[in-house]
Amino acid sequence: MAKYESPDFFNLDELLSEDDRNVRDTVRDFVDDNVMPIIEDCYEKGEFPKAIIPKLGELGVLGANLPEEFGCAGMNNVAYGLINQELERGDSGVRSFASVQSALVMYPIYAYGSDDQKKKWLPELAAARIIGCFGLTEPDFGSNPSGMITRAKKDGKEWVLNGAKMWITNGNLSDIGVVWAKTGDSDDPKSIRGFVVEKGMPGYDVREQKKKLSLRASNTSELFFTDVRVPEENMLPKAEGLKGPLGCLTQARFGIAWGALGAAMACYDTAKNYAAERIVFGKPLSAHQTTQHKLQKMLTEITKGQLMAWRLAKLKDEGKMTHFQVSMSKMNNVGIALEIARVAREMLGANGIMLEYHVARHMANLESVKTYEGTNDVHSLAIGQYITGHSAFA
Amino acid sequence: MEIVVCIRRAPTTDARIKPAADGKNYEPAGINYDISEYDKFAIEAAIQLKEKHTGKVTVLCMGSKEATKEVRTAIAMGCDAAELLVDEAFRDSWATASALAARLKSLPHDIVLFGWNSVDNQSASTGQMVAELLGLPSVSVAVSMEVADGAAQIERLAAGGKREKYYIKLPAVVTCQKGLNKYRSPNMKGIMAAKKTVVAETPANAPADGVAVLRLQPPPPRADGKIVGKGADAVNELVRLLREEAKVI
Repeated sequence: MAKYESPDFFNLDELLSEDDRNVRDTVRDFVDDNVMPIIEDCYEKGEFPKAIIPKLGELGVLGANLPEEFGCAGMNNVAYGLINQELERGDSGVRSFASVQSALVMYPIYAYGSDDQKKKWLPELAAARIIGCFGLTEPDFGSNPSGMITRAKKDGKEWVLNGAKMWITNGNLSDIGVVWAKTGDSDDPKSIRGFVVEKGMPGYDVREQKKKLSLRASNTSELFFTDVRVPEENMLPKAEGLKGPLGCLTQARFGIAWGALGAAMACYDTAKNYAAERIVFGKPLSAHQTTQHKLQKMLTEITKGQLMAWRLAKLKDEGKMTHFQVSMSKMNNVGIALEIARVAREMLGANGIMLEYHVARHMANLESVKTYEGTNDVHSLAIGQYITGHSAFA
Repeated sequence: MEIVVCIRRAPTTDARIKPAADGKNYEPAGINYDISEYDKFAIEAAIQLKEKHTGKVTVLCMGSKEATKEVRTAIAMGCDAAELLVDEAFRDSWATASALAARLKSLPHDIVLFGWNSVDNQSASTGQMVAELLGLPSVSVAVSMEVADGAAQIERLAAGGKREKYYIKLPAVVTCQKGLNKYRSPNMKGIMAAKKTVVAETPANAPADGVAVLRLQPPPPRADGKIVGKGADAVNELVRLLREEAKVI
């Protein structure tokens, strides 16, 4: 298969600094060398490619936009976005691994943790010496996390956790979990607090969720808490209420807005090359009007998505990004990526369903990516609230 | 240990080179540049020497100001300091070697490493010229290297795939071949460190080229293959042709 080339119809490279391009090219090479050769097998077996975990730590992509004093690279958000883009060009599961570690585990410890917690966990997480997961979603509470049942009750200098979490990326791989639980009444979302739960704590069990048809190269698990005693120093002191986990999700969705573009560009590149080589009715598939229409639509949507992601990163660097903008970017870019993957699959005909061509894998992955970290409907309501001032969630 | 690694900015190995309109240079449009491939083995060797013996790796490059990008990549891989000898023209090995040797006279070095060949000029001679100009011993096309007690034990790839072993005293010049190591990629922290590194720029003051390019042309198109027959019956004829005509077996 031809070497991957990302489209740059609007000369977006000129908007990137030399360092940003260097980061992108480095991660692209990493994916070529370490992800592409194994991803088909991992996907077929339903396994996360564990061999890349230490390499991701060595590469320095985990929490790359967090400060150097905690063992991170201290990069800007364009570079961080490009990292996500390139990882998801490989597989949404690989990007999900890095996203969860960076935005949902390292970020809350960085933003809401004590100095001791930051010093203890962040350098280890950045180097991938320990892996983390994020426990918010529950079996009956996905889009409405304020309804969570998991509770934490204070007992002396410990918190006692009871409850369960579901659809937790990295769960079974993790050494620690940032787990959200109500410390007050069941109808009091303001009492939600975050806890760092450690593997091996009595009463903490993890079970991998198998038989998935999407994100097969990603670890998804259920977490169970039965009287898990968590020391007081493992509670994140600066997060109170739903704002805590939602702040993390904004970070993660930012990465997804970029990551989905990677999957979209991979599908576009594959479809473009396939159409150039496949002869149909005596001429290349790409010489047919219907194909050209499909390809132009893909390129147009990718270009719009690229510009949106770039601007979002610039706003983030300037401290002006809003969660509404993140919602729009995540919703749009995942939406176009899924549509591009579907059209690419169609253009490749029967070959399109083969793992070898990657597009069906991206397509199946993106079905999850569209739903997790806020469904399109939820993001739509968030933007609707911004426009009208009315909340239509309840 | 003072280690100097000399690198060149050159087209990437997958670049499609076409002669430019003047017939003497290649068409620069659409070409992506990188550290010349074999120089990366030299960078890796330099970093490994530093890791083993402690010391400092300085990147030295003669090239256009655009070569700052490649110099920074070398820093991101793990080199410590960088100098760019600026010359905006496409220069030959003699001019490059002369400028590098002039700078090396005042730059401390226990060992100077090069790629054995650049992917653009392909003269495979710059390292040896620098050694000669500095009066240093040199070994080219190194595929293994051990440094200890002020000397290096080096294996080089010789004609016919043979390996030759040399012991040389340092300071020395060594040019590096694929197989010497597996070079590392820059990591994110390295890229950030490179961003903060000041690349010292000075005019190269290189002498005139020693080689004049009269004409650059693509190689002739490859001749069509020959089908000598089908099945087991064709084997004898195929072997005969490979031996007598192609002379490859």
